[in-house]
Amino acid sequence: MIFMQLFGAFFKIGLFTLGGGYAMLALIRQEIIRYGWLTPQEFVDIVGIAEMTPGPIAVNAATFVGFRSAGVAGALVATSAVVLPSLISVIIVSRVWQKYKNSPVVQHMFAGVRPVVVGLVGAAVVLMGRSTFEVLTSIPQQVVTLILACVVFYGVAFRKWDPIKALIAAALVGLVAFR
Amino acid sequence: MKESRGFLRLFTVFFRIGLFTFGGGLAMLPLIEKEVVDVQGWAERDEILDIFALAQSVPGAIGVNTAVFIGLRLHGFWGAVVALLGVVTPSVAIILIIAQLFSQFQSNLYVARAFSGVKAAVLGLIAAAALRAGRGAIVDRFGLLVAVVALGLSIAGIIPVFWVIILGGLAGILYHRRRGDVR
Repeated sequence: MIFMQLFGAFFKIGLFTLGGGYAMLALIRQEIIRYGWLTPQEFVDIVGIAEMTPGPIAVNAATFVGFRSAGVAGALVATSAVVLPSLISVIIVSRVWQKYKNSPVVQHMFAGVRPVVVGLVGAAVVLMGRSTFEVLTSIPQQVVTLILACVVFYGVAFRKWDPIKALIAAALVGLVAFR
Repeated sequence: MKESRGFLRLFTVFFRIGLFTFGGGLAMLPLIEKEVVDVQGWAERDEILDIFALAQSVPGAIGVNTAVFIGLRLHGFWGAVVALLGVVTPSVAIILIIAQLFSQFQSNLYVARAFSGVKAAVLGLIAAAALRAGRGAIVDRFGLLVAVVALGLSIAGIIPVFWVIILGGLAGILYHRRRGDVR
């Protein structure tokens, strides 16, 4: 039963991911909290791990959640489910892509879906921020977290910092600042 | 024999791409471009941009979609499967190891402190991704409105996230139809 739930949830996550893994964070969060596979805090932990390890975030999250809820078999089921829509959709779409990529309906649909993806990424920031701050009990910890988040945002968005180096630097700051 | 060597190469190239790209599928694209166009010569440079556009327009993670598409072109269905396995195997292996150790790691005080820093930085990283996505995707007032509504709906959690995506697509079709766009 857990395997069917894992398969169903991650197939849906793979199917509704358009334009990259960050947009699916909101959807992954919704599904794993609905089934009680992880708490909102654990979800934030997973995203942190996914950022620090190689590979697509969706795959990382699927493997982690699957393992947590049903061991190695669960990890394989969830991971297969999240990549299956890629296999199916690319095989189908690559046949008809040249014909339909310029059709008005497809263009108009994407004109609506692309901004939704932006909104979903923004929602992931808000929802994960809420979970992160909820467990910070002291004001200094909250201030450090807020400053770190803002500095990394500025550096990566406007100064072309390498995200991995920013994460490593933030880990070092955390080591010193969170007492 | 020749065929199996082709599959092996496909697997190892995408295994390497999966192993060395941190921070999600978009980070994979430059490495994929270098491997596929410059090193292996599996596609021309302008073709690869079309492939990336397709990978971002169909369901699924971008890195996985690109691997499937290139595998499919080179060796058909089984090529797609082999490239897919190559690109996800490193993540699955690494996450399985981390997931086993995570609870022990987590209770270590120093790891917990460092990880608090990482979690703060992740918020900044995702906010930067939202800004980057917004620059490319929001081109008019309609787009801005849709993005704000999608943001509000998913924070409030009133309707399931996949419905927000479907409604966005429908809104796009209706809006442009009413404006009489033929483009």
